Amino acid sequence: MNLSQSLQSASLTDPGRVRDHNEDCIESRPEIGLFVLADGMGGYNAGEVASGMATSLIADGLQEEWKPADLHRLSREEAKALSEKLIREQIGRANNAIFTTSQNNPECAGMGTTLVVCLFYDNFLTVAHIGDSRLYRLRGETMEQVTRDHSLLQEQLDSGLITPEEAKLSQNKNLVTRALGIDPTVDAEIHVYETQPDDSFVLCSDGLSDMVEDEEIRLTLITLKQNPNLTVQQLVQAANDNGGRDNISAMLIRIAEPYGVPRGWLARFKALFR
Amino acid sequence: MAKLILSVDGQVLKEYNLSKERTLIGRKAHNDIQIDNLAVSGEHAAIITILNDSFIEDLGSTNGTMVNGKPIKKHFLQNNDVVEIGKHKLKYFNDAPAQASAADFEKTMIIRNPAKAAPPPPKADASLGETVTNLKPGGDATRPVPPAEQTSPPAPAPKPTPAPVAEAPRPAAPPPRPTEPEPAPAAASGTPLRDAAIQVLSGAAAGRTLDLTKNLTTIGKPGLQVAVITKRPNGYFITHVEGATYPTLNGASLGAQAHPLNDHDLIEIAGVKMEFFYKP
Repeated sequence: MNLSQSLQSASLTDPGRVRDHNEDCIESRPEIGLFVLADGMGGYNAGEVASGMATSLIADGLQEEWKPADLHRLSREEAKALSEKLIREQIGRANNAIFTTSQNNPECAGMGTTLVVCLFYDNFLTVAHIGDSRLYRLRGETMEQVTRDHSLLQEQLDSGLITPEEAKLSQNKNLVTRALGIDPTVDAEIHVYETQPDDSFVLCSDGLSDMVEDEEIRLTLITLKQNPNLTVQQLVQAANDNGGRDNISAMLIRIAEPYGVPRGWLARFKALFR
Repeated sequence: MAKLILSVDGQVLKEYNLSKERTLIGRKAHNDIQIDNLAVSGEHAAIITILNDSFIEDLGSTNGTMVNGKPIKKHFLQNNDVVEIGKHKLKYFNDAPAQASAADFEKTMIIRNPAKAAPPPPKADASLGETVTNLKPGGDATRPVPPAEQTSPPAPAPKPTPAPVAEAPRPAAPPPRPTEPEPAPAAASGTPLRDAAIQVLSGAAAGRTLDLTKNLTTIGKPGLQVAVITKRPNGYFITHVEGATYPTLNGASLGAQAHPLNDHDLIEIAGVKMEFFYKP
């Protein structure tokens, strides 16, 4: 079963207008419905080491462990639980590798990275995230932020200390409270969501979400829905037009058709002839 | 570090650095900023500082606290805000961004112990109300598809063009670089982009004009041929969005790239001719 038919996707990463190198890293494996985005930080050029390790280790690890072709024996609930478990394991492994590297290489000391992992299977989506890289969902005309930033600002918003309007003026935008690879263990936030045909999902680094208003992202997703490549180009371009002060990454996944897994021998037999 | 300058009747009295997490303002001696005046309550207001942000909160004072002429209960202080307590004024200065270079200032950093700075978030994680419990039957394909064409001009149903309509429009173009021919030097030079519009020249809607006020305006016929006009700091650009064939610009095929639009350029899309022009 190849998911790249059901999921139209496109991604783009760009250094922006100010930074001379790109510390964001993206990795997609559309065949198994896997998309990974990381925004590295810390150290001289070490941010891109951390984000590069995170995306490649997690993508390769999951490709090794998560075999959609063999999963139809599991019930849907079992598949959800397994996806969470495997993602958590791979994140733990990547955290270990990044942390060890930073301990053993002085030039990498203190490096870390944010992370968003999306795994699509059987009309559901398992999302893991750490830090302030985000996942948005457009359903119909409504866009929602699926992930909640692990940032100082988000904690202030949650506790009611500041309002969303005030948050836009804050000088503390760049402080994350969780990151991959900075401690021996990491606590990834993982949830499972149901998807619907025609949903669009966007993974992005803060270089997009800080530079482009949510409303503009929403209108772009709606207006250019038929063309995923153009949509991500337009999003990156809008961030650059607004200043491009940070690296910009966007990954777009549109549910073109249901991707439910046939269960039972008859359904599986029928699926052969689809 | 942010600071406050205390003055009365235009006379500067003292300068205070906001180095503490909580800075008390009031009449009594134990306050960090003591203002010995009967209009000031014993403990009048407090300033809470979290890294580079400061908030002022009135502590239920008798005569109230004003910021920039408005009474407040709580306020997120911005550079140059003026706090008024009775006749006394406290001007807030926060030059943090000026100290660090622009690039450093925005670099993402990790902080380890935010719990001290902010009270723990009261909400649990899964508040998006969309978790596993909220099961929708898998593929209800009956939901209406949102009209993506609401931004297009009154699309005149054009004569059926020889384009293959039945095929699913699947853009086959490989991702070209997002940058345009000229590397747009972030035209923040202050010259605002001139207003522009397109006028329909043929078809049922001939004579109509459409103002290009939005950042993205789609034109054409959904499912057949659609292009988008992007309004950017350095001008207007047209790009192909969907359809098996490309629209033309001044008679030449658009291809998959974005093209800058010049005054009086001719666009032909879905069998309809239109002209781009800058408004006088």
